[in-house]
Amino acid sequence: MKPAPFTYHRPGNLEEALDILSQVAHEDGRILAGGQSLVPMMALRLAFPAHLVDINDIPSLQGIEVEQQSLVIRALARHAHFHQPAVSGPLGSMLATVAHSIAHYPIRQRGTFCGSLAHADPASEWCLTAVTLGGSVMAQNRNGSREIPAGTFIQGPMTTALEADEMITAVRLPIPDADSRFGFYEFNRRAGDFALAMCQVMFTPEEDRMTGVRLGIGGAEEVPRRLGEVEEMLTGQRLTEKVILSAAERAASMITPLEDIQTPVEYRRHLVGTSVRRALKAARDSGNER
Amino acid sequence: MSDKIPFTLNVNSREYQVSVEARQTLADVIREECGLTGTRVGCEHGVCGSCTIIVDGAPVRACLMFAVQAEGKEVRTIEGMADGEELHSVQRAFSDNHGLQCGFCTPGFIMLITAALEQNPAPTDEEIREMLSANLCRCTGYQNIFNAVKQYVGESTETTGAHKND
Repeated sequence: MKPAPFTYHRPGNLEEALDILSQVAHEDGRILAGGQSLVPMMALRLAFPAHLVDINDIPSLQGIEVEQQSLVIRALARHAHFHQPAVSGPLGSMLATVAHSIAHYPIRQRGTFCGSLAHADPASEWCLTAVTLGGSVMAQNRNGSREIPAGTFIQGPMTTALEADEMITAVRLPIPDADSRFGFYEFNRRAGDFALAMCQVMFTPEEDRMTGVRLGIGGAEEVPRRLGEVEEMLTGQRLTEKVILSAAERAASMITPLEDIQTPVEYRRHLVGTSVRRALKAARDSGNER
Repeated sequence: MSDKIPFTLNVNSREYQVSVEARQTLADVIREECGLTGTRVGCEHGVCGSCTIIVDGAPVRACLMFAVQAEGKEVRTIEGMADGEELHSVQRAFSDNHGLQCGFCTPGFIMLITAALEQNPAPTDEEIREMLSANLCRCTGYQNIFNAVKQYVGESTETTGAHKND
């Protein structure tokens, strides 16, 4: 349970970090941010990078800011920075709700939002959030930067579009309408454990009918994704018990569930249905509280 | 590759000159180089919370930080809690409420609770339970640990006048 030897780099600015990364990329050089997924994998010898580039001392990678209708979450923003709403309105409340479902209190002090996307675990709450809300990933190497939509950035379990010499400098989330409503539900066997299924939903009510519906499923398939068919079913509808139940049924039947010895396919389908139902009810009730 | 890196580690306001490999965790270096064996190492991959310590005011898993990352930071461990013979009030609350049985998980819980309540001095019962879920007690004595936190929160909010949520 001890990590394999590696060479440690601690650059003081982004340019230096990207220079080092470009030199060590071909030797499995990795970025070290919060380390709450990478270090356990190193302890278990599932990962043994030859170089770690520690970005914790780079001031320009800190912070969460609003820029042109987007929330820009920089590489060193920790999960705990979302415990209190990071921005006013429904987005800040939703991110706070989601943050409290991520692992445990001490893990959230170190682990980062951008690190979760780079790791791309199927059970990642932030990957689901970025995909559902239509966020994008800002990736940079020493030659320049590019913006990648979250839905194409995540390619498979622990697999992303990031090149070996690129790092995530920030994730950008569009800020939704001030009157939009959201719901989130995650099922796991123990508090803080990996999600077996989760659902995130957001919409804007017009009169009492749903518009701009976004509904994403995570933890149940290889990658988080929006369910376009279910979104269409919900668009223009009132959030009645019947509408909620049929959306949950459709979502459960649509997915291609991950399977393991403790989680058969039918069980996971059931959990997806339950997650959709409870996320939609949470969204409905969040409106009633106002 | 296995070269040792010399640096100064500040633990409980005392400076330790250490020289360790980059791959050595903060938990191992605190125990083996600083000789502070109160920090327990359980699972070594961030699940059990036994090695929880306080780094720059935040409760963290010492097995998920490399010691070199703690250069320039203020580290607090269980050894820094009591003032001579006098227990820290979180320790006293554990003693009063029988919040420990075998004691293996206790240093981790004490450090978790101390830092979490410094960040949020008046937690709700729900927030206390959520916070305690971070660490494992294999004697399963969670209720008495919860009671110890309640006593400590009651004492500290009385003296500071902070508002209690429930």
